[in-house]
Amino acid sequence: MKNLFLLIPAFILSSAFVLVPSDEDQKGKSVPSVKITDMNGKTINTSELGNDGKPVIISFWATWCSPCKRELNAVHDLYDEWQEETGVKLIAVSIDDERTKSRVKPYINSSSWEFDIWMDSNHEFKRAMGVNNVPHTFLVDGDGKIVYSHNNYSPGDEHKLYQEILKLKK
Amino acid sequence: MILHRINKLSAAGMLTLSAFFGNSQNGGSVSGNIESQYQYLLSDSIIEAVQPQEKSLINTYALVNYTNKGFKAGTRVELYAPRILGYPDRFDGAGIGYRYVGYENDILSVTIGNFYEQFGTGLIFRAYEDRNLGLDNAMDGINLRIRPYKGVAIKAVYGKQRFSFEAGRVVNAPGIVRGFDVELSLNEWFAKLEEKELSVKAGFSMVSKFQQANHPEFILPQNVGAYGGRIDVAYKNFYLNGEYIIKEADPSLDNTYIFNYGHGLLVNAGYSQKGLGILFSAKHIDNMSFRSDREMVLNDGMIGFIPPLTKTHTYNLVAQLYPYVSQPLGEVAYQIDIMYNIKKGSKLGGKYGTNVSLNASTAYGSGHLATNANPLSRVTYETQLFKTDGNLYWRDINIEVKRKINKKWSLTASYFNLVVNNDIVKVAPAPGIIKSHIGVIEFLHKLNDKNSIRTEIQALWTEEQRDRGHWYTVLVEYTISPNWYFTGVLQHNYGNPEENRRNFYPLLAVGKIWDATRLEARFGRVNAGMFCVGGVCRPVPASSGLTVTFSHSF
Repeated sequence: MKNLFLLIPAFILSSAFVLVPSDEDQKGKSVPSVKITDMNGKTINTSELGNDGKPVIISFWATWCSPCKRELNAVHDLYDEWQEETGVKLIAVSIDDERTKSRVKPYINSSSWEFDIWMDSNHEFKRAMGVNNVPHTFLVDGDGKIVYSHNNYSPGDEHKLYQEILKLKK
Repeated sequence: MILHRINKLSAAGMLTLSAFFGNSQNGGSVSGNIESQYQYLLSDSIIEAVQPQEKSLINTYALVNYTNKGFKAGTRVELYAPRILGYPDRFDGAGIGYRYVGYENDILSVTIGNFYEQFGTGLIFRAYEDRNLGLDNAMDGINLRIRPYKGVAIKAVYGKQRFSFEAGRVVNAPGIVRGFDVELSLNEWFAKLEEKELSVKAGFSMVSKFQQANHPEFILPQNVGAYGGRIDVAYKNFYLNGEYIIKEADPSLDNTYIFNYGHGLLVNAGYSQKGLGILFSAKHIDNMSFRSDREMVLNDGMIGFIPPLTKTHTYNLVAQLYPYVSQPLGEVAYQIDIMYNIKKGSKLGGKYGTNVSLNASTAYGSGHLATNANPLSRVTYETQLFKTDGNLYWRDINIEVKRKINKKWSLTASYFNLVVNNDIVKVAPAPGIIKSHIGVIEFLHKLNDKNSIRTEIQALWTEEQRDRGHWYTVLVEYTISPNWYFTGVLQHNYGNPEENRRNFYPLLAVGKIWDATRLEARFGRVNAGMFCVGGVCRPVPASSGLTVTFSHSF
């Protein structure tokens, strides 16, 4: 019984590496379905991104994460232009837990962000997306497939992200 | 019990296998991550860093989730060979730290095995993982979520909580934890509320733990219940939410085996509009150490989560030396936040606008009335909402001004005034009240679209040169988007009252990023101190040496 207990997870684990051997295969995965809420407490299914076949950026962040805020503020400055050119929508997924969750709404309003905000306070969506640490940004194409993801933020990363969005226009 | 276990496992096995074989025809989706941290440490007598016998240390985690048409299964393999510095020393070996199978549709979701879950604010129940802290109280059992009717969400949990990881096996805490939570969203019933820009949600939770008791002195309750409700109202730009939890008599090592009821109240009220956010929070906690094992202390075996009402600071001198830690036995705390954007184009706001953020928080001990109210029943005192004992635990007043000067330069200036009662919070060597002032200036200079330099200059002074006295930190970070970063940090305890302890802590780091993969190496000295994430802290001893971190998501 003990052996079986060990075998099953080992099997899943090893098969995962067989199933996902290269970078190419990683892309084109769908966004997993997890039920979390938006900023107003309304339940959301994370696999339903709803942007009429246009690309969606999913960006994991927290109010206590400086590079996350740098990234989202940089995108905020360019957002009008990006939306006009590509119709892209950004969903900022806050991983703030109960300690800092209530700061999310005042923070995004005071920063004048116009992103969709999702709340993942017990990190369910974060785990399902395989995110280790924030900031972590995903680009999802019009068919709901993840085509690009990037961990960390350095100033200028937003240009790389935009290039990836432009690739989807072709 | 054994039969129960076998049944559970074979059911789990079958579900996993069926989900897996389903994959070959139907696709399905795999996601997860790998994270590894390796340390090679040296002896460094100046900062009192000790080389571990093994010289090198490693923690590694591999998480794999598999989903296919509502079926889900996953596992995490963990390795501590031995665990990195600052982790609980009982973490040891390689094995499975987490595994689950489950099924989900629009109405129902069931998970068997390990799961994380939270009721309401988490005050009554929160199973979560914070790997950076070595904190993981995952449940091992069954988790149900049902949406029987629109606007109604029911959650139920039953199982034991993870406590430790020994010789490659998870060790659960002895208590059995079971509970349910109901949440009602009135807006899904009354469409009219939406028109009036009003949103109303309410919830009720109940959690009970069972642990056998054979105390030599007292007849202890084996079943301890806790219950409470919450409400969340938003009207136009205003919002108000709160939760109140009552815990029945729960004598434990932590509360010195008293039979008092515990209670916890959390309230947030806010107003926000474009360019302005105001938030006020209040909390009263009394005798709320609710654990899976009545003998456990510190962060171990916690069933509920008590959030500290303080801003999570990020600059290292502010975050590391004098953080606040929630006091489950009792505290009354308040916090206010004001975030304001001075419009761009205005005289004060400059060309790009300026963000000003003001935050103040304070915490006191919980006040007791009629002490020794009933000595026979060991109910030792009575409480009254928001009554303090006048004993200051913590105060923090800080302001941050952030301004983009032009396309190339941004500037952030901050000031922090921290007062910590170290007799209670115990985060530093010196006893008593420690008052400190911290100033930080941060520049971000974009050289071009790809290259930028970020500089932080931080200085900390303690009043009367208390504790370890004065410090400064200089940090310079050079980044090449999107692949590289190089960081140099110099921390200096230049004003330590003991002259032979005026140490330097230099650190160099280099990191490379390939999309969702990151590799980082850092070499240097790390000061002993509190390592905190989200208000939960673990003490980390001083160290000197190399740390390599690898992470990959898929």
